[in-house]
Amino acid sequence: MSGIEVLEAGLMTTVQDQGRPGFAHLGVPRAGALDRPAAQLANRLVGNPADAAVLETLLGGLRVRCTSGTWVAVCGAAAAIDVDGIARGHSRPEWVPPGAVLRIGAAYAGARTYLALAGGVGVEPVLGSRSTDTLAWVGPPRVAAGDHLSLGERLGEPRALETPRPPASGPLRVHPGPRPEHFAPDALERLCATTWSVQGDSDRIGLRLSGPPVARTDRGELASEGMILGAVQVPPDGQPVVFLADHPPTGGYPVVGVVEADDLWQCAQLRPGEPVRFTPASPSSRSS
Amino acid sequence: MRQRPVGPHALLVEVADAGEALALASWARTAVEAVEVVPAACTVLLDGVADLTRAADAVRGWQPTAERPRGRLVEVPTIYDGPDLVRVAEHWGVDVDEVVRRHTDAELVSSFCGFAPGFAYLDGLGWSVPRLDSPRPRVAPGSVALAGSWCGIYPTASPGGWQLIGRTDLVLWDPTRPDPALLAPGTRVRFVAR
Repeated sequence: MSGIEVLEAGLMTTVQDQGRPGFAHLGVPRAGALDRPAAQLANRLVGNPADAAVLETLLGGLRVRCTSGTWVAVCGAAAAIDVDGIARGHSRPEWVPPGAVLRIGAAYAGARTYLALAGGVGVEPVLGSRSTDTLAWVGPPRVAAGDHLSLGERLGEPRALETPRPPASGPLRVHPGPRPEHFAPDALERLCATTWSVQGDSDRIGLRLSGPPVARTDRGELASEGMILGAVQVPPDGQPVVFLADHPPTGGYPVVGVVEADDLWQCAQLRPGEPVRFTPASPSSRSS
Repeated sequence: MRQRPVGPHALLVEVADAGEALALASWARTAVEAVEVVPAACTVLLDGVADLTRAADAVRGWQPTAERPRGRLVEVPTIYDGPDLVRVAEHWGVDVDEVVRRHTDAELVSSFCGFAPGFAYLDGLGWSVPRLDSPRPRVAPGSVALAGSWCGIYPTASPGGWQLIGRTDLVLWDPTRPDPALLAPGTRVRFVAR
């Protein structure tokens, strides 16, 4: 059976597909690739369905040996890529001969790189998904050096020419939150007027920002309530957290705004210390 | 009942209490097209809603009734030897036997899950206790615990600030089962002393 042997897993590599929505009421985060357009493009390039499982690696540093000849595509954060020392391209299908070693170097722009392999990573699904959730650790364990991962049946041909332009980056469009009475009246405007800085402890659970505190009113905490992807939660210290794929399904801090779903891929690619801006979403803007 | 949009595809509905949240959530699962229906202590979140206006209209037409959904009944065999049992008894001004009697007399209902996969907030005890001043770094799976007016059972090992009164061998969470959470919202629960 075709598969890969992981030689180096870098800082943090996980298996991700489109996640496992529908279990929030049981306390299960949805998980799934943080930069969905990048994961989908990588899958499309190697002829996989969009929901095939890929490897998501933080800041690069991934090395795998392909036990049989395999089409691969690397998308997302930019990094040097080579096969047995010969440089290969980003965002295009590449052939890895049997026994050859594919290396993704340190990411030099962006944070999360996606490796799609023809057939998709074939770990056992848990609750309908192969994604690892890093909050409750539902799904496969994180990928470690020495792991052997099988690949699924190849379903399509690589598509070298279908490389749609990646979505353009820009300020994160933000909708008003559900509880404005928990914030100063101008809290959303102030959120949008500030240049925030990405904190080093940002992860798959949330993008943590630092800047002038978002002013809360003294209504205290809420009883825990359901939280959604993209919610901008404000803890007592006023430093906002944008909830990403592994966010807790419920929470007790008020939400000042909700980031447009189509903009969340950018949160996957921000590095500590990089600036972030928000802009008011037009009420009619719809995510696909 | 107040409805608050949460972005373009989600609706947070405020209700009177956990019982009403559970009733609304059970109804919404069939009546509203949503990816997630998440009841909590006094809200229900509808997320991944195809048509927010239509969902809001449907919810507006829902009438809270005293009728509560009656899910299946799970009996939880429990050994009452928790490290906080005496403290709970002192807080209530009763002896340990009376704590066990109150806990086994009540029919509780899983109102919602949170904190960890399969951690159910069980409602209906009628007595309350404070949380621990400082949480334990590790609580064993199967620990039966109280906090506020809630009862809960830790499904997996985790830190925890609830008062531990006993333990059970039941497996609360197993993602390989068709129903991974033993105490999904709506499940009725009765503790049985072993």
